[in-house]
Amino acid sequence: MTVNVLPPATAVEDLPPDPHQQAPLEPAKRKKHRSPLAYLLVAPAALAELLVHIVPMVLGVWIAFITLNQLSIANWVNAPFVGLRNFVTALDPSSPIAAQLYGALGRTVLFTVIVVAIAWSMGMLGAVLLTSSFKGRGILRTLFLVPYALPSYVGTIAWAFMFNQRDGAINRFLVDDLGILQDRPFWLLGGNSFWAIVIVTAWQFWPFAFLMLLAALQNIPGDVYEAASLDGASLWKQFTQITLPMVKPANAVLLLIMSLWIFNQFNVPYVLFGPASPEQATLISPLIYQQSFNNWNFGLGGAMSVMLLVVLLIASAFYIRMVLPKGQHDD
Amino acid sequence: MIETRGFKVFRFFGLAFLSLVVVVPLYVVLTTSIKPLADVQGLFTWIPSRVTLEPYVQIWQTVPLASYFKNSLIVTISATVLSVAMAVLAAYSLARLRFKGQRSFSLVVLSTQMFPGILFLLPLFLIFVQIQRTVGVQLTGSYLGLIITYMTFSLPFSIWMLTGYFASIPKELEEASMIDGTGRLGALFRVVIPVAKPGIIAVAVYAFITAWGEVLFASVLTSKDTRTLSIGLRAYASQQDVYWNQLMAASVVVSLPVLIGFMLVQKHLITGLSSGAVK
Amino acid sequence: MQTKFRWLAALAVGALSVGSMTACSASGGSGDSDTITYWASNQAPTVEKDAEILQESIDRYTEETGVKVDLEVIPWSDLYNRILTAVSSGEGPDVLNIGNTWAVSLQSSGAFVPWEGDALDQVGGQDRFVQSSFATGGAEGQAPTSIPLYGLAYSLYYNTAMFEAAGITTPPATWDEFVEDAKKLTVDTDGDGTIDQWGVTMAGSSISNNSHQAFVRGLQNDGALYDSDGNPDFGNDGVVKGVKEWVDLMAVDKVVSPSDAESVNGSDMAATFADGKAAMFFDQAPDANLAARDFTDYAAAPVPMESADATGLLGTQSHVAGINVSVFENSDNKAAAIDFVKHLTSDSEQVYLNKSFSSLPVVTSAYDDPAFQSDTIKLKQVTLADHAQPMPLYPSEGQMETLVGTAIKNLLATAAQGGSVSESDVESALEDANSQMSSGQ
Repeated sequence: MTVNVLPPATAVEDLPPDPHQQAPLEPAKRKKHRSPLAYLLVAPAALAELLVHIVPMVLGVWIAFITLNQLSIANWVNAPFVGLRNFVTALDPSSPIAAQLYGALGRTVLFTVIVVAIAWSMGMLGAVLLTSSFKGRGILRTLFLVPYALPSYVGTIAWAFMFNQRDGAINRFLVDDLGILQDRPFWLLGGNSFWAIVIVTAWQFWPFAFLMLLAALQNIPGDVYEAASLDGASLWKQFTQITLPMVKPANAVLLLIMSLWIFNQFNVPYVLFGPASPEQATLISPLIYQQSFNNWNFGLGGAMSVMLLVVLLIASAFYIRMVLPKGQHDD
Repeated sequence: MIETRGFKVFRFFGLAFLSLVVVVPLYVVLTTSIKPLADVQGLFTWIPSRVTLEPYVQIWQTVPLASYFKNSLIVTISATVLSVAMAVLAAYSLARLRFKGQRSFSLVVLSTQMFPGILFLLPLFLIFVQIQRTVGVQLTGSYLGLIITYMTFSLPFSIWMLTGYFASIPKELEEASMIDGTGRLGALFRVVIPVAKPGIIAVAVYAFITAWGEVLFASVLTSKDTRTLSIGLRAYASQQDVYWNQLMAASVVVSLPVLIGFMLVQKHLITGLSSGAVK
Repeated sequence: MQTKFRWLAALAVGALSVGSMTACSASGGSGDSDTITYWASNQAPTVEKDAEILQESIDRYTEETGVKVDLEVIPWSDLYNRILTAVSSGEGPDVLNIGNTWAVSLQSSGAFVPWEGDALDQVGGQDRFVQSSFATGGAEGQAPTSIPLYGLAYSLYYNTAMFEAAGITTPPATWDEFVEDAKKLTVDTDGDGTIDQWGVTMAGSSISNNSHQAFVRGLQNDGALYDSDGNPDFGNDGVVKGVKEWVDLMAVDKVVSPSDAESVNGSDMAATFADGKAAMFFDQAPDANLAARDFTDYAAAPVPMESADATGLLGTQSHVAGINVSVFENSDNKAAAIDFVKHLTSDSEQVYLNKSFSSLPVVTSAYDDPAFQSDTIKLKQVTLADHAQPMPLYPSEGQMETLVGTAIKNLLATAAQGGSVSESDVESALEDANSQMSSGQ
């Protein structure tokens, strides 16, 4: 099986996709590939990335080193350079802003772990169950993908409507219909607000895990399972000993990309809570938004973003080294 | 897989659980959108007191959804086509050709996924304004700026996915074609792209979804003539007085095109993914 | 396959050229000297309605002067970020509306034309305007960069039938009377053991409403949010006492439904009020909203004070609420832009616009019009003249609103979930907000 699990970042590094084909390649042939065409093909994408992602990112990094507030924003090119002061403000343990940052960082890590765990488990469950064939399978597969295809804004608004404490569907169900609870709990305030963003985000992301895992399971030949069950392996054993190892490469990438997206989650809290999230549910992206846009302190927001970038880069690099099979990343 | 009775019971409950999780919010949206106003002003009810299509009529009067719809289509389709075209070229180069800076290109593209998206907002706007001042091409308030932005948003994931896909296509196919006298490009367009159709569809769907629902960048990059549907929906929700039945009807209208498109291609989507990204 | 590629390429090129073509036509507007662009805020129930009302006024202007006005009504959810990006890039409209509490922040950016000298003379000079509204235009001692357009002020709205049923003959004048009346009005009308009519409704999750209350209740208790040197001072005794009074309505007096902690805006309050679930609330202009719900059994009264005859800062009943209008420094056509502001603030347009948006004129002479003779308008006119103060006129005002408003939102959330909120809780929440303020500068 081709193990091509790395994102382009590393997977393609001078490596033909299939290791088996590497041997026959002659040096001369290799050289021939190093043509201007390669650059020509990458150029449009590189240009777009440069314009929309890279330059703004560099500008964002630069903003972290200046004071950009209401006084300097109209003439941002000449905004005063302050060196590391924004970083000091953001990191100094005695400042309340640093306390918020650390709090949000810890909370976001927890949030990411929980959401990825839920989304992955549900996605795996759906994928495994829909791999066997039965009537209605196609309909369910389509249905499960709906939350992913739905514009994120629509899904979140629907949940906000359901979470309403007085009139919402969830409290109607728990309090009025089932009677499990006496008092109507708040879902968008206090401690529950954290679980509200977990639920909404997991709801929106699990179909993505489902989709990727379903696709990965298609590649496992059915006779592997048949052989295993003839050997008397239980279904659970088949799952842990065949399914899981077989989707491991897909998993590696899925978990990385999902974690990054969920870690930087902004839309769900923004739509659920507006510009200021409850304390117990403040994630890192909304915090940065609040510092930058509500408080007119773009320098501080920039410093926080740069630190976030560094943390994620290190974590991703570590992850790629750890999880991916040896020999893949160092060609 | 040999299916035991136990497995079938487990499957039934597992699927019932997942279906419920998906269906309940959708049910709430759909039923709310056909309720009369009185029904949505108090405690939530599971069944409308009567069914009415009024909300679906009223939404077109409160917010000019029709023109937003047109804007969304122009922006999303253009962004999707361009994004896919660029991703195909870049991914092919990454999968098949070798060039200096290949590794750094890939790394940088991946790292854009690690920067908080909202932090691009102000710098991007500043850059767009700078460009339109020097070159004279209007990028703010126009379709073009939004198209460029959205097309780039979906590029990193698309490139990554298609690189995997192209890499999984046996090289012999292209080599045969190149021996027949077509160059690299010929091989790409005649052999690789047709074979990779499912993967390309998967990427196109992703690009479409990304662009269709985006709110934040659209809110500063559009003007009244170029506002997109998702902005219209948000304007709706931030109105002085929110009529939930109308808001839900508008949500259905906004979601429908992307849902229908999605259903049409979802079969390809799974085949596309299974031989591409996840292999 | 070649054909397929051609198709793809053609589509891509087509998409690009469509984009750039529209782009060109879009950019044509602002460069034209006979056209100015105007960003308006959302005042009517819908953005479309706003456009309709304003277009009528614009048509009169175009007919008079020949200058065309390209109007864009921007929803509140987008207005602030649109202005921010416009200010930072210099790429914006010629004339724009701003919430008057943003005035000083935006003034310090230097992006707007100061109203002094000829510009101020053109719109008829400072004396035409309602003075408290005019004071919101910028920091003290500097030429304002915005002038008022629509005026608003808080009043106490109460359900007349409920007052009658509870035997309350006159609306409360002091805070103690207010709390007492609220307790009388908090009843379980159908006897099922749960309260279904509350004394007061509030928008507990609204950052701005909460910060307005902190400002007003603070001043009534002799506490200002900023000290005399202009430094934030949220934790002083007066502000703590005022905020405590506000939070106590839910936490101690139990005259506000805990559900209100989640309520996000004025229309939530109006809905609760119109449904007969609450007897009183504080708001600026709920009339259109209540009318839309066919609710008429209500009247307005001044916001209660600590003592019925309080004056000066102690007699503050509202901040000077409203919308201001500014001219962009980068405008290619400042003369026309200022002329258009003159049109918007002229007596006749002030009558037309404020009548349409159920707000108050900002020029004194417009009050003679028959449209502004109702009791509510007269009440608000008195409030604005004698009992209203501008929100603190410092560049960090917006940040203050966010931090103080959020602190109160959190306190109310605690109260709603059954927690107790002591004076020291209020104080530490406000002190915490204060320290975020100073360390962020």
